[in-house]
Amino acid sequence: MSYLATILPSLLSGLKMTLGIFFLTIIGSVPLGIIVSLGLKSPYFTIRWLINGYIWIMRGTPLLLQLIFIYYGLGMIGVTFPRFEAAIIAFIINYAAYLAEIFRGGLQAIPVGQYDAAKVLGFNKFQTFFKIILPQVIKIVVPSFGNEVINLVKDTSLVYVIGLGDMLRAGNIAASRDVTLMPYLLVGLIYLLMTAIVTLLLRRSEKVLNTWR
Amino acid sequence: MLTIKNLTKMYDQNVIFKNLNLTVKEGEVLSIVGPSGIGKTTLIKIMAGLEPANSGEITINNEAISIDGERSDANIGLIFQDFNLFPNFTVMDNITLAPINVNKVPAEKAKEQALSLLESLGMADKADLYPYQLSGGQKQRVAIARALAMSPKILAYDEPTSGLDESSTKQVAEVVKTLKSRGVTQVIITHDQFFAEIVSDRIFDFAKEVVR
Repeated sequence: MSYLATILPSLLSGLKMTLGIFFLTIIGSVPLGIIVSLGLKSPYFTIRWLINGYIWIMRGTPLLLQLIFIYYGLGMIGVTFPRFEAAIIAFIINYAAYLAEIFRGGLQAIPVGQYDAAKVLGFNKFQTFFKIILPQVIKIVVPSFGNEVINLVKDTSLVYVIGLGDMLRAGNIAASRDVTLMPYLLVGLIYLLMTAIVTLLLRRSEKVLNTWR
Repeated sequence: MLTIKNLTKMYDQNVIFKNLNLTVKEGEVLSIVGPSGIGKTTLIKIMAGLEPANSGEITINNEAISIDGERSDANIGLIFQDFNLFPNFTVMDNITLAPINVNKVPAEKAKEQALSLLESLGMADKADLYPYQLSGGQKQRVAIARALAMSPKILAYDEPTSGLDESSTKQVAEVVKTLKSRGVTQVIITHDQFFAEIVSDRIFDFAKEVVR
């Protein structure tokens, strides 16, 4: 116990980094994902082509590689970001690509009749999307969105590759310094706790959304 | 008064109808009958601004309305075959959403108006339910209230009796008659000849009167 108390402060400061990346990624990737999913339905071929290329690259290469590329690779051609900002950019554009595909599925599930009904009642396209379509899309995508959020909790540990000190890295340092697996065990428990909270929140939001069908 | 002059609709080289002429008088109930797949729904969609026509003219009270399929002015209220209520809103919100957001009616006033519409349709006790909690006939009446809340110049129905049993069909007929007595101009698309005969002032036989 007393050993755990000695390593806890360093794990908690790593947790701060983990949570920072987690929340900033969600805040950035959700709106970007929605915009990208709308772009996928653009009438212009060039826009659809570009967006499909972006999604292909983001989903087709490891996030680890994208982190390295944005921090070190762009640095080599003169575009430099501080480590934390580079990590946030990589996570946001990566997760936005996955979320865009999820939102696209949700958008496709909305019957044309909903758009027709809105148009006949005089709603403009903006009102139709935000008042009528988006709430229905959100209800449809919550379960798959939850999956991505839980993945994100764990993916945050990848930032070690560009030298950021997250929780797993703090545990790693303690484990190799003190030659014990205990820090890893504690780190695992904290990840489990985080995913449990996320799961609970998602369940609750599903329940709220189930007041209508 | 609604006047349609020389309206033509084609899909590629396929003529759906050609030089269609039709007048609906103020307060009249007109049924457009004909077998399914003949273009009745296409006609009503053009009237409602959901689809473009190739040529011709539609006027409401001598004012031309655009037929490019881009119009969005709630001049013609449409009751869809499957109602298309918004599942994420209660009955009350389904009805008040457009008046509040499109016409900028104060929420309180919109609610009052919606409640009196629901009362006249015998649905006042359903105001707080969601669409999934309603029967087909009840959904239809909500759709009617939702359309009427925007005070359209014409109320159009697409196959209002399809999927309804006999007693619900009679109820729809009652609603049409009630609205007629209040002076609402109504156009009904149906393949149900019997229903058309009991509710309409005049029947337009699509198959006979339309050149293809």
